[in-house]
Amino acid sequence: MRKFLRNLTEKIVEGILFLSSTVTTLTVLLIIVFLFREGAGVFSQSPVEKGFVIAVNKDNPIQTLTSAQLKLIYDQEVTNWSKLGGKNDSIILFRLDDIGNYYTEDELGENFKNMPEKLSELMDKNSGMVAFFSDKYLAKNFRGRVLKMSNTTLKEFFTGKEWFPTAQPSAQMGVLSLILGTLWVSLGAILIALPFGLATAIYLAEIADSRTRNILKPLVELLAGIPSVVYGFFGLIIIVPAIQKIFDLPVGETALAGSIILGIMALPTIITISEDALRTTPRAMKEASLALGANRWQTISKVVIPYAMSGITAAAILGIGRAVGETMAVLMVTGNAAVIPHTFLEPVRTIPATIAAELGEAPQGDLHYKALFGLGCILFLITLAINITVEYISGKRNKTSND
Amino acid sequence: MNSIISTRFLNLYYNEFHALKGITMDIQPNTVAALIGPSGCGKSTFLRLFNRMNDLIDGVKITGDVLVNGKDIYADVLDVVELRRTVGMVFQKPNPFPKSIFENVAYGMRVNGITDNQYIAEKVEESLRQAALWDEVKDKLKKSAFEISGGQQQRLCIARALAIEPKILLMDEPASALDPISSAKIEELIWELKKDYTIMIVTHNLQQAGRVSDTTAFFYLGELVEYGDTKEIFTQPKDKKTQNYITGRFG
Ligand SMILES: Nc1ncnc2c1ncn2[C@@H]1O[C@H](COP(=O)(O)OP(=O)(O)OP(=O)(O)O)[C@@H](O)[C@H]1O
Ligand SMILES: [Mg+2]
Repeated sequence: MRKFLRNLTEKIVEGILFLSSTVTTLTVLLIIVFLFREGAGVFSQSPVEKGFVIAVNKDNPIQTLTSAQLKLIYDQEVTNWSKLGGKNDSIILFRLDDIGNYYTEDELGENFKNMPEKLSELMDKNSGMVAFFSDKYLAKNFRGRVLKMSNTTLKEFFTGKEWFPTAQPSAQMGVLSLILGTLWVSLGAILIALPFGLATAIYLAEIADSRTRNILKPLVELLAGIPSVVYGFFGLIIIVPAIQKIFDLPVGETALAGSIILGIMALPTIITISEDALRTTPRAMKEASLALGANRWQTISKVVIPYAMSGITAAAILGIGRAVGETMAVLMVTGNAAVIPHTFLEPVRTIPATIAAELGEAPQGDLHYKALFGLGCILFLITLAINITVEYISGKRNKTSND
Repeated sequence: MNSIISTRFLNLYYNEFHALKGITMDIQPNTVAALIGPSGCGKSTFLRLFNRMNDLIDGVKITGDVLVNGKDIYADVLDVVELRRTVGMVFQKPNPFPKSIFENVAYGMRVNGITDNQYIAEKVEESLRQAALWDEVKDKLKKSAFEISGGQQQRLCIARALAIEPKILLMDEPASALDPISSAKIEELIWELKKDYTIMIVTHNLQQAGRVSDTTAFFYLGELVEYGDTKEIFTQPKDKKTQNYITGRFG
């Protein structure tokens, strides 16, 4: 009877453990599936806002336009249809506000009730005209032609330099500047954090006596517990003005400010992990070095650091990972300009900051909303790549130390 | 007296713990001295006095004198790096560096400021030959030192110690982690090395002590109970404790 009860409890515990791990795994998988399904929507939706149309003269040979081309037209950077593969005919831009240039208020009638007909007429008369208007003004027997807009392609998404997700008439979903902004800021962060982090780790692992260590180590770990808004606030109050003053810039919100803040935030990761790696150096190996007449510095640089190298690399990569995903603090100090950065002294915008700043304004199901999910997918893939690299490096390390 | 190593009324404390008690001992050049005794009696502690390895441990206090070549090695003016170049050490477990076989042997020369690559290459070969390892590794000098067997690693560590031409070699149970064949090779090596070096070796293997050493010191609970000619210690020990130990009655 006793034994039966014990077996039963064991089975129940086992079942609970199994269930919770299944639920966890499923949740993670579901999140990933959701993320990618929403993100993929970017490629199957017209870049023109719902409820609006782009129309041209019906004799215009152009069949489709990309959102980038449409932007060129409306920015008046392209003024002739021949540039886009059409006839040699200059482009006449038309927005609904321009209607007054063509018709009087009387002609349009009360409540613009003649608008659809007049638009139709207008499109028929002007061979080079392109018009952007709400589809409620689209006449039943429209004498122009509604242009098909091609969806954003994978290539445009990744290599497009323009991120104007709410631009009229056509949203621009190029994320290159955001990806580069993220990598740029993270790279800067690691360049700042690695030397300091490594120096601190070496100090903690090799030089500090146990009393200093017992004070310093918790302090470093405390750094990891500070909310990122606080870091952002600190950056905004101290670092941004300092950068502005030192480099004599119009604004201090720059990639550099982001890198410094992220560098500080990555320090605990880098210090803790590389200190652990340094500590795994066998005492016997250090003694062997000293016994051969090496001094402390030679021992550290020629034996301890090489031995801990894979751990230090892992620390650096995880530090980058921390920086890549950080949102709030970066949002506060980098200026958030979605342009490709050329120096550290320009404003940049990162992927997480973009998502955080824009998701609230993007209507659910909208192209903008989906593009933000697409950004989420990219972030996920970057982080995944980082984790795989770390896994690979530490796997290699376990193999060598087992020998 | 022309002893190369001597201690006078030497005491060592690990904080409160009295680990070595009033030890006075002399070792002649070009001899092998074996240190034996039950576990925890202070053999390693004693051995590590001579290259000041105990300095690395917090709370160690030393009184009395330790002389190497007639010089007090705990004097303030002493250069520890210089001392460690004269007094090499081989540890109980093979502890090669995470470097190539070649670089392991070259390490001591490099950290001591030798930059002449031809000299280094010659010395590496010479040391590996001395350690009877050359033939086994000459084709894989660039390989990691972790890729050879434990016995080979231990001989590599010996070669590494020899490459900076010390006068004295301290060996702390150098063969305890090895198979009988590797162990025999190391014993042979000790015989060879005696011509050029003075050797102190800690061992738990009494047969080994009997085979390789000229003199033997028996330690018990931090005291040097008996020290003398190996043959005498093993055949007619003066102290009852020594006798019990070598006849295997305790320890
Ligand atoms: N770092 C240390 N701190 C405190 N006590 C120590 C330390 N190292 C050794 N001891 C103590 O000093 C005594 C002698 O240690 P030692 O390592 O010299 O013994 P041993 O004779 O080499 O033993 P074994 O044969 O097991 O290697 C032991 O009682 C040990 O507990
Ligand atoms: Mg010992």
